[in-house]
Amino acid sequence: MGSKKKKLVSGITLAIACAFIWYGAARGEIAVVLNKAVNICLECIGLG
Amino acid sequence: MGLKVSVKRKLFQVIAFGYSNVHLLNFKGGKIYEGKWKQFCNPGLNCYSCPAASLACPIGALQAVSGSMNFQFSFYVVGFLLAAGVLLGRFVCGWLCPFGLLQELMHKIPALKFKLKKGFLYIKYVILVVFVLTLPVAATNYMGMGKPAFCQYICPAGMLEGGIPLLLTHQELRQTIGSLFYLKTAVLIVTLGGCVLVYRFFCRTMCPLGAIYGLMNKISLYHLEIDKNQCVNCGKCAKVCKMEVDPVKKPDSPECIRCGACAESCPKGAICMGFTRSSSERFIHKLSE
Ligand code: SF4
Ligand code: SF4
Ligand code: SF4
Repeated sequence: MGSKKKKLVSGITLAIACAFIWYGAARGEIAVVLNKAVNICLECIGLG
Repeated sequence: MGLKVSVKRKLFQVIAFGYSNVHLLNFKGGKIYEGKWKQFCNPGLNCYSCPAASLACPIGALQAVSGSMNFQFSFYVVGFLLAAGVLLGRFVCGWLCPFGLLQELMHKIPALKFKLKKGFLYIKYVILVVFVLTLPVAATNYMGMGKPAFCQYICPAGMLEGGIPLLLTHQELRQTIGSLFYLKTAVLIVTLGGCVLVYRFFCRTMCPLGAIYGLMNKISLYHLEIDKNQCVNCGKCAKVCKMEVDPVKKPDSPECIRCGACAESCPKGAICMGFTRSSSERFIHKLSE
């Protein structure tokens, strides 16, 4: 990939990434992540 | 004169291990940290069920959201992974991932060392597609909830960082041990043994996070560049690469963890690593030495 094209693809991907984070946060995904992460995950520790 | 890149990398790895695992005192009581920082993902693999963990594991979080009742896909976590991938690519693996550091330490144990057959490198993509992306969404119960299949059947980081310390401190958890526990213990033993024999065995064969970042090496802003005018094709860089990459032929290889060993070894200073060419570091060996 040429350097200019690569920069363009990187820039677009970064913009999409920011939009995704914003949209995911806006529709309440952060609460699901937090809830999973603050409780012992039985699957992780081999019991679930 | 700056620090050698290998020393700098070790410092970064230790600091990243530290900020990922701030709550060391939790090991004593077998509790996990329950604060707000856990809404943010760690760029590297570090189990959120580890008593010391301060952030959320992105692979666990991805499966948790897509397997939840209300969502089938996590924009939040995918957005985070895309951002980390496009900015850093597998620099995360080489410099920031706690489980990567653990594997490097395991590999220091004296034993016979082996190279990896190329076919094994593709297993991690299959694991990513089947266990991380598909099963949590497809294998759901009557309420539409799926389980995090990678955590449940494979992830050795979860067993090592969460399973062992929590089971040692909780008798009630020990009483529920069943076949899944034995399966995951077997995976953990194979992984740890593999890491002793093969450099970063888990990263190269099994890690879905490494698979994602590897694919993004092609477009990541932090990158590796070869100055073709300086390179004399001596092959020293490929020889020192423990990930078995030839950076001259494939500077954007999905296996390159941007460790900088090749750049450090190049007698011509032909390998640069950085965000832009002008800001990239050039590691020049003094030929006069
Ligand atoms: S079990 Fe593995 S993938 Fe799952 S949350 Fe823990 S570290 Fe992440
Ligand atoms: S491949 Fe996975 S475990 Fe290895 S360093 Fe990268 S994120 Fe960490
Ligand atoms: S190609 Fe260079 S930077 Fe990449 S993994 Fe190999 S030695 Fe490290």
